[in-house]
Amino acid sequence: MSKSNVTRRGVLRTGAVAGAGVALPTIFTASSARAFTNEPTGDTVTLGFNVPQTGAYADEGADELRAYELAVEHLNGGGDGGMLSTFSSQVLDGSGIMGKKVEYVTGDTQTKSDAARASAKSMIEKDRAVMITGGSSSGVAIAVQGLCQEAGVIFMAGLTHSNDTTGKDKKANGFRHFFNAYMSGAALAPVLAKEYGEDRKAYHLTADYTWGWTQEESIKAATESLGWETVETVKTPVGAGDFSSYIAPVLNSGADILVLNHYGGDMVNSLTNAVQFGLREKQANGKNFEIVVPLFSRLMARGAGESIKGILGSTNWHWSLQDEGSKAFVQSFGTKYGFPPSQAAHTCYVQTLLYADAVQRAGSFDPCAVAEALEGYEFDGLGNGPTLYRAEDHQCFKDVLVVRGKENPTSEFDLLEVVEITPRSQVEYAPDHPMFSGGSLGSCNSGA
Amino acid sequence: MLGLGKKDITLFAVVAVLALFAPFILNPFPAGSSLAQFNAGYPDLMQRFVIFGIFAIGFNILFGLTGYLSFGHAAFLGAGSYSAVWMFKLLSMNVIPAILLSMIVAGLFAVVIGYVSLRRSGIYFSILTLAFAQMSYNLAYSVLTPITNGETGLQVTLDDPRVLGQTATADGGIPVTNLFGLEMRHFTTLELGPWQFQFSVGYYLCAIIMLISFYLAIRIFRSPFGMMLRAVKSNQQRMFYTGLNARPYTLAAFVISGMYAGLAGGLMASMDPLAGAERMQWTASGEVVLMTILGGAGTLIGPVLGAGFIKYFENIFSKINDQILHGWVAWLPDGLEDLVVALIHPFVGKGWHLTLGLMFMLIVIFLPGGLVEGGQRIARSLRRRKSTDDGKSASTEPAE
Repeated sequence: MSKSNVTRRGVLRTGAVAGAGVALPTIFTASSARAFTNEPTGDTVTLGFNVPQTGAYADEGADELRAYELAVEHLNGGGDGGMLSTFSSQVLDGSGIMGKKVEYVTGDTQTKSDAARASAKSMIEKDRAVMITGGSSSGVAIAVQGLCQEAGVIFMAGLTHSNDTTGKDKKANGFRHFFNAYMSGAALAPVLAKEYGEDRKAYHLTADYTWGWTQEESIKAATESLGWETVETVKTPVGAGDFSSYIAPVLNSGADILVLNHYGGDMVNSLTNAVQFGLREKQANGKNFEIVVPLFSRLMARGAGESIKGILGSTNWHWSLQDEGSKAFVQSFGTKYGFPPSQAAHTCYVQTLLYADAVQRAGSFDPCAVAEALEGYEFDGLGNGPTLYRAEDHQCFKDVLVVRGKENPTSEFDLLEVVEITPRSQVEYAPDHPMFSGGSLGSCNSGA
Repeated sequence: MLGLGKKDITLFAVVAVLALFAPFILNPFPAGSSLAQFNAGYPDLMQRFVIFGIFAIGFNILFGLTGYLSFGHAAFLGAGSYSAVWMFKLLSMNVIPAILLSMIVAGLFAVVIGYVSLRRSGIYFSILTLAFAQMSYNLAYSVLTPITNGETGLQVTLDDPRVLGQTATADGGIPVTNLFGLEMRHFTTLELGPWQFQFSVGYYLCAIIMLISFYLAIRIFRSPFGMMLRAVKSNQQRMFYTGLNARPYTLAAFVISGMYAGLAGGLMASMDPLAGAERMQWTASGEVVLMTILGGAGTLIGPVLGAGFIKYFENIFSKINDQILHGWVAWLPDGLEDLVVALIHPFVGKGWHLTLGLMFMLIVIFLPGGLVEGGQRIARSLRRRKSTDDGKSASTEPAE
């Protein structure tokens, strides 16, 4: 091994390799001058729409995507402008956001935290998205919200109903327009007590993830304070498909109310199973057996068909609302797609508009400036009446709808009737409420 | 050199060059052009390429050498991820202890699962490993929620102790994973004309660890131990009759392979401090089997190629939506445009699985040795042409 042949070619080659090796680290030191993550420099700005296109929540995801496309169209001055004309803030004029044309990229979260983060990461790193929005599952929303906080972009949560999103997992860069499980409980419980009496025994079936846990906790607390008793709570896996094995034990449990803390395809399946088992015709403890679905939407009502009739639940928004904002949105959504929007579509459309409006008012895409513009912001005309984006936890406060599956629907979209519009004051809570404590917003991250 | 043969040195050098220059190689199209869609040179995807490369290299040590087909390797990946995130929560955001613990935990898991599963071979072994992995998945998903945070996934939070590091940064944020202060998420962009190349710290850490793993894999393949594993694959009965007990060898291979998976899991968590239960699901185990077979089981570079191939499809093809398709074929007449888009639609976007499935079928049918066999066939046909060229020119060119 001691034999050494020094040749001209060998020396050159070694020199070149060594030179390249030494030069390589210098590219790390060249710092790029940027004020914040993905500062839009051209005449366009890219938003990232990260929705479930496969899995148990795919229906909601498809509707969310439609709403995002509509929002982009309106922001760029296309279509009839939708809610831009009814929005209390009038700084958006259809010329994009701060004069930059809005473009978007889409991704599939597959309703899995890992896949959702990979998809959001590629939007931020490859497509240079300055804001990420979407998600039809609280698990995913929390995971992506954490990612956006680290990366220094704004996250406008789509459909996420778990208390944790703006509770123990809240983040300075994350904002939620949708209502939450606590609000569902606070709105629904008085109606339940009025309709079904105060002496009831409830059995909960709960989707086994953050949303299910907090919803079960909220509904349990709200109903128990009115005198109900909780017989048992059972966790079921997301996307189980068949819930018969979970429904059968309900029959002999002594309960006379079944609470289904399920959403999307899961709720359609579990409700159908429950109805097939004859729960609704059953008598228990001398009372009619009842089923409650604390959170439901028109898309799920359509999936469940006959089974949904007469079932009580709560919802963030419904297309039959008669305020100007809702009418304008239903009108332009209907013109474009031929059917009314779901609550998921509504919240996603509103979130996009709120983001654009905040950027316009702040005069910058800088996440910290945008967050400041959103915090404590009062607005109206977006379908839910006067609404507040609370600064302490980035949660929107607005009226909540209690709805019931319609007995005699007049069309395939007219499936829910609004029983009560619970006023905002009744669903408000302190930012340090025990169900929301344990986390902190931290400070805003612009990625600079 | 380094205890490698000449051929292996070349192979290692090729892999090293590919890994170190990946930011250039994977971004062949100028940013902003219509083909930029196919660029894969952004940090997250490059990290995935090499991390799943490590996972597949490790899987190949078991499957390629001993022929034992494990359908439960994702359990080790998940165990590694969870232990790494716990390290970030409890100790510090430095990636070194996290990666070490993830390998140790995955190794312990592998000893237990391997000890039981390796009592059977063939399909029974596969089913046993699958059962263990699904069991781990379900435990992580619901029973062990306090440790794994269930479906939401384990994340670092602002109130974690982090005894050797800081709980929160000075401005109130969660600290970032780092290597002695070098932040994993840090990257610089090099702009050369219309081209953009991103160099990420996290990627280079992964790439260097991948090269070390690759080097170790070569050494294992070429060692007497590797020869013994091959003997297990070719005829285990004969080994028993010659008085050799194969089980310690297979168990060692299983544990090594499990530690590779744990390393991959730990690296995944280091790049993005979140661990979800779905990392342990059987689909994740199936994915690494696909990677290895697609690239070429039993070859050194095959699994790495397979991993890159599958991750590319998952991340690039799945993002082509109808809007982009319409942009590509906008030059066609309207009716024809819609038809072409309708025809391509099922194969891109959320239909990327279909395209991948078709490619997989084609490769398994026509190239049973995977992508490596395809490469060898091309090389052979080139060499044949070259050798005939040499034959012709030999007489005219003077010898040096």
